Amino acid sequence: MRLRISHRTVYRFTEPQARVVQLLRLTPGSHYGQTVVDWRIDVDCDARLKASRDGFGNETHMLYAAGPLDAITLSVHGEVLTDDRAGVVAGAAEPLPPLAFLQATQLTKVDPAIAAFAAAVPTGDTGLEHAHALMHAVHERVAYRKSWPDPARTAAEALEAKTGVGQDLTHVLVASARSLGIPARYVSGHYCHDGGASDEAGHAWAELHVEGFGWIGFDAANAMCPDDRYVRVAIGLDARGAAPVSGTRIGGGDERLEVGVTVESAASDS
Amino acid sequence: MADIIAFDEVWGKPHDPAGRPELTDLAGWIADTPASELQRRQQAAEAAFRQLGITFAVYGEEEAAERIIPFDIVPRIFTAPEWRQLSEGLVQRVEAINAFLTDVYGPQRILKEGIVPAELILANPQFRGFLHGTVPPHGIFAHICGIDLVRTGPTDFFVLEDNARTPSGVSYMLENREAMLRLCPELFQRYPVCPVDRYPDSLRETMQSVAPRRGDMPVCVLLTPGHFNSAFYEHSFLADSMGIELVEAADLEVDDDVVWMRTIEGRVRVDVIYRRIDDDYIDPIAFRPDSLLGVPGLIAAYMAGNVALVNAPGTGIADDKAIYSYMPEIVRFYSGDEAKLPNVETYRCREPQALQYTLDNLEKLVVKLVDGSGGYGMLVGPTATKAQVAEFRAALVAEPHRYIAQPTLALSTVPTLTEAGVAPRHVDFRPFCLTGTHGVTIVPGGLTRVALREGSLVVNSSQGGGTKDSLILADAPMTQSMSGMTQSMGAGLTQAMVGMVQSLGEPR
Repeated sequence: MRLRISHRTVYRFTEPQARVVQLLRLTPGSHYGQTVVDWRIDVDCDARLKASRDGFGNETHMLYAAGPLDAITLSVHGEVLTDDRAGVVAGAAEPLPPLAFLQATQLTKVDPAIAAFAAAVPTGDTGLEHAHALMHAVHERVAYRKSWPDPARTAAEALEAKTGVGQDLTHVLVASARSLGIPARYVSGHYCHDGGASDEAGHAWAELHVEGFGWIGFDAANAMCPDDRYVRVAIGLDARGAAPVSGTRIGGGDERLEVGVTVESAASDS
Repeated sequence: MADIIAFDEVWGKPHDPAGRPELTDLAGWIADTPASELQRRQQAAEAAFRQLGITFAVYGEEEAAERIIPFDIVPRIFTAPEWRQLSEGLVQRVEAINAFLTDVYGPQRILKEGIVPAELILANPQFRGFLHGTVPPHGIFAHICGIDLVRTGPTDFFVLEDNARTPSGVSYMLENREAMLRLCPELFQRYPVCPVDRYPDSLRETMQSVAPRRGDMPVCVLLTPGHFNSAFYEHSFLADSMGIELVEAADLEVDDDVVWMRTIEGRVRVDVIYRRIDDDYIDPIAFRPDSLLGVPGLIAAYMAGNVALVNAPGTGIADDKAIYSYMPEIVRFYSGDEAKLPNVETYRCREPQALQYTLDNLEKLVVKLVDGSGGYGMLVGPTATKAQVAEFRAALVAEPHRYIAQPTLALSTVPTLTEAGVAPRHVDFRPFCLTGTHGVTIVPGGLTRVALREGSLVVNSSQGGGTKDSLILADAPMTQSMSGMTQSMGAGLTQAMVGMVQSLGEPR
């Protein structure tokens, strides 16, 4: 499938900012089943972008903008060719061994409730069956709702609340898998809804390392493995580590964030 | 409370009338100087420290009152052969620590060859995955290591703990010496004592040597969390002695992956930062987003190779207590030799057999949290109450992987001034090892910490420990320049001759 992605993030400040420094994880890489044809990041003010790559293999940019700034708009446009590989990730930059994704973080800390929840999931006959069962268990336990994510919400809090956004479901799945010794990581990316509708923000899902297959994506919100409607952008240990934008600003006041993402299939009009 | 029969570094074994012949002079000085006179000098030293503001805050107390760390007037002495033995082992150890960090943030040979369990490193929160592949300027990660040593006999030294993040305490090495030179000058006439006052110069040279840009005068700064930090005195003292700027996060900014210091004359590019802020707080973009102490973009500047951070981020993986137990294997793997300074025998409670042994022998062992420090989260079995033992038993069963256990060592004692006269008290020792492009430099001295309570084995200042001056003797008699209060060596030639500065090759 040929997916066309348009992504606009606007930060509006109630007071002018002296400086804004941001780490962007907005650029997808190419691997089997995902070929980036075209990708562009634009900033609407006098800013400098420095490209780099982090230890997980993510393509990153540091953004440095000098004020006074009332607002800053990041626009991303790109086209990606995708194949349905049933969630199996191969050919991606993988600088780190899977065991590095057993590390607990503040957002994915395993508490007794998560450990008990994960342990109660039937293991099936294979690692693959087990991973699918975990994803379905999270999907059933934590009701998916569309809303604005709370960046500080932990997996344990989401499990207890039994409801959450994509980030929360992903954290619960990641923490549950790790509690069983299965390496798991957080993926931020895009998902093209049927009919080409737009998603509120980006989309999040998990990848579990399954014996005999390697990394496989599991989307607990949609209860499915990613297919050719998904674009994988960045990975990390949790939402914070894979966040599209991690930023700070120097200046007072508050900020308001508007995010608009359009992911549509370009197949019909090509 | 169990009695522990320990080796005394001056008096020898208990009831040994001869004492240690090497230190007869010191024993004589202790015997001949009236306790009231020692008391007077000790009070004079402490008054001076209070005036200087060498204070620290005790965490975990209701009112984190600023207090001075008690100073003991009776010094500790290492002979020249003892120091040689120690420094060879220390050089080997810090070279191995740097080789290990280069490896785990690079090719990970040691994990692939199964020397250290891969999961222990990779799943450890101290391993910062996003920094994998970043090589710090000149390949050096841990420029300053404080290696904690203990002693149990005349030639029996053990490493108790490696400190490869931001080890503190070096200001006490320097201030204690100043006080001793002033208050006990006769000791420096009797003994050829190596001076320690070169440390700030050595540290500055080490920092300059790792500057990423080739240039005449790299700009070095010391980054402090601010004056509320318990070690703020040391930060300002070291910046002053090195002649470099003391800065807080607000004084620095990162632009285009380059670090700048804001000054009245404009922005100045910064090459090397001696940071006394933990990884977690150093950059709100890379680490904890709620940190107000950090510099946004600092880690990006480091990853781009535009600034040296002393020590580099991520070094915590080398001094984690769970990794500590593998240090003999780590030293052998990178140096090809056996570790010259052995470890204390360590039971990894993550291993079922070791856990069982620990649970069966809690009353005899010291149990530590793998990620604890400062004497917090620690059980000293022989001196613990029943309730403390029970508490640790429950914690061990619940989370065994968070603990290690060690036999309770009969730490050596050094005569110490107490209310009942001079009496033996347990000590440890932290020398400071600097690694720059010219190799490892160890200024002959360190921080001796002493457990002031009778029988106590916990030397941490946060747990009622004090400090002593540590005198390293030179091989040959040497003249001390006694002008003013500082002890200074004169020509560099003399220093090289007495082997005071160890430069034993490039780090691997």
